[in-house]
Amino acid sequence: MATKLIPKELAKKPDRLSPGHRLCAGCAAPIVVRQILAAIDDPVVVANATGCLEVATTVYPYTAWRVPWVHSAFENAASTIAGIESAYRSMVRRGKIPDRNVKFLAFGGDGGTYDIGFQALSGALERGHQFVYICYNNEAYMNTGIQRSGATPLGAHTTTSPAGSVIPGKQQMRKDLTAIIAAHDIPYVAQAAPTQWKDLMEKVRKAVNCGGPAFINVLSSCNRGWRHETYETLEITQLAVDTCYWPLYEVENGVWRLTYKPKEKLPVEEWLRRQGRFRHLFRPENRHLIDELQAEVDRRWERLLFLCGETFSA
Amino acid sequence: MTQLKGWRDIPIGGVILEGGNAVEYRTGGWRAFRPVFGQAPCIHCFQCWLFCPDSSILVDAENEKMAGFDLDHCKGCGICASVCPVNAKVIRQAGEKLNRDDPRLCIRMVEEGKME
Repeated sequence: MATKLIPKELAKKPDRLSPGHRLCAGCAAPIVVRQILAAIDDPVVVANATGCLEVATTVYPYTAWRVPWVHSAFENAASTIAGIESAYRSMVRRGKIPDRNVKFLAFGGDGGTYDIGFQALSGALERGHQFVYICYNNEAYMNTGIQRSGATPLGAHTTTSPAGSVIPGKQQMRKDLTAIIAAHDIPYVAQAAPTQWKDLMEKVRKAVNCGGPAFINVLSSCNRGWRHETYETLEITQLAVDTCYWPLYEVENGVWRLTYKPKEKLPVEEWLRRQGRFRHLFRPENRHLIDELQAEVDRRWERLLFLCGETFSA
Repeated sequence: MTQLKGWRDIPIGGVILEGGNAVEYRTGGWRAFRPVFGQAPCIHCFQCWLFCPDSSILVDAENEKMAGFDLDHCKGCGICASVCPVNAKVIRQAGEKLNRDDPRLCIRMVEEGKME
């Protein structure tokens, strides 16, 4: 019987990520990791791509992980976990170890998932390894000092797309990785946010039990890169969800389903205004970028509604 | 950390033998604001526990009670106060924007080192 998804029940289990890790105050990544590990009752093995999470949780001679954990390189978290999974199943098959129903997780940031680790991820998904890949998406290479990535939205200021007199922040839209992964036709793909914690935990449970590869893309605010106060982390994440910039949905065996529909779809401006990385967009000469971003959010939202069977035309 | 280890004291291969030994490292020193209880009583909803990035909400899990703050590790981000539903209710009833250290709140963020 799985633990009920009630905080008081979940708190009775030991925490699988210890305090004393050195992620910044107000970082959403450890919130995401704690919620995900709390949702799983079975033993877990974690592979980690290079990134904030990997670096800050394992500063020698300390580790914050209370589960078996491995890091090998930036680009190959998916291949690493695929190898571990294959070795485990082989040893179980040959009777060398008992089958303890171990779950295999890989954590990668958006840099290690959208860009650098994409090839390894795509390959591992295609080979059908039974693992869950979790992308904690903070929308830039935050660990190395906020450089643009494939997940950075249009107009965001980063150190490699600096807003100034020459360019107004990043000039391209972010790519829709969740949809790209869904195109691999794997059993389970989802997009989630830590603010909707129960939704996230239910998705994790579906993912670990789907019998094949699964992928969850979780929005994870970075107050250093997004430029907001440390205590605003969850408020701003909620705004990303309520503006439909970051819709919550799942694709189970090819069937798209919306798991959270905001009561009122807010203008994307509400989310942009709270973050320093978009401050320059509110100057008169850059207002058109907000309109462009809004148009893109609307287009993707309409398409999603159509795919989820909420509307009949895209 | 008390003292740096010499090469003879480090396990072969430099491996870390104990999982979760980061608890020995105290990140509480990073803190600029400290969470303290205010006047509004805690309803033990565990929202702060659920969202704390540093596992620094102490809970008495058996009796289902929130027990306090782990100030050895709390970095003072204030997320606990921002997700607290009692705080939200107090702010709603006050009908105005309250300071983060307002004594009427349930979880208040008080400037570290400031005498009250």
